[in-house]
Amino acid sequence: MSFTDSPLQLGPVSLASRLIVGTGKYRDLDETADCLRLSGADMVTVAIRRVPPKKDGERSLWDVIPSAMHILPNTAGCYTVEDCLRTARLGRELLGERGRLVKVEVIGDEKTLFPDVAATIEATRVLVQEGFVCLPYVTDDPVACLRLIDVGAAAVMPLAAPIGSGLGIRNPHNLAIILEVVKAKRPDLPVIVDAGVGVPSDAARVMELGVDGVLMNTAIAQASNPRLMAEAMKDGVRAGRAAFVAGRMPMKLYAAASSPLQGLIHAR
Amino acid sequence: MRLLVNGEPTNLEPAPASVAELLAQLRLPVEHVAVELNGEIVTRAERAARTVKDGDTVEVVTLVGGG
Repeated sequence: MSFTDSPLQLGPVSLASRLIVGTGKYRDLDETADCLRLSGADMVTVAIRRVPPKKDGERSLWDVIPSAMHILPNTAGCYTVEDCLRTARLGRELLGERGRLVKVEVIGDEKTLFPDVAATIEATRVLVQEGFVCLPYVTDDPVACLRLIDVGAAAVMPLAAPIGSGLGIRNPHNLAIILEVVKAKRPDLPVIVDAGVGVPSDAARVMELGVDGVLMNTAIAQASNPRLMAEAMKDGVRAGRAAFVAGRMPMKLYAAASSPLQGLIHAR
Repeated sequence: MRLLVNGEPTNLEPAPASVAELLAQLRLPVEHVAVELNGEIVTRAERAARTVKDGDTVEVVTLVGGG
């Protein structure tokens, strides 16, 4: 299958692949490196944490992220606007111009990891004013997505299901409504499904709906064979995207024969 | 000099004169960290000139795997 897709534009960053992958939960750095490569992703997410004690010569995540890859620091683990701002600013100090993009994540509930939407909107507003390119993780709520656009988000990233759950697309209708209202307001603003995808068919399905990209971590990292799953997810995202661009056939209630009805050798 | 580094009480002798010396003494990967001193970011450019004093709180962060 070959078609020339348009790039996924996230602020100043242009991505050829519509799959964005996380770097958490891998068994070791070799597996991380292989999966990043096999996924075909051009952007990876990372977290900002206190520097762990490191022995001399030991490799770190820095050594396995290819220099050509874009890095998207997240504010995972933050429960307040203040912690989110602090983490984003440290990410920018850490990554320089590369850290201008940030996945804004303010969690509101420990058990579901659902976002605190009001805090996410406020953090996005402040960070946009500070020059960040904000990609907020948000509930699959069309109104919340619109509010995030109002405060300057460069994309919206609704969840498909709780983070790390692998439950798949719990509310495809909300995603469809989000696409409709977001594109009506800002046709070029990317909608990226972030969290909840479990298998390539989930990724393909949301891409078929018309979302601009998919962000995932656990679905690859916690597969029995993460390397093979990274490839499978690449294929799933590509297939879904191609199907969306190709345009699906209309659905009908009754059958419509594919073979001609003329020239049958028997009488009807 | 007693400091709180990443939440851990840390005693450093000789006392580091600057944030840059502090990082070197702790053998941290200077290129791959960001530093906060008493809640305020110290940029790479400021590390050599920025002094630390007894009782300061220091956070040193880096990238780790995440989603």
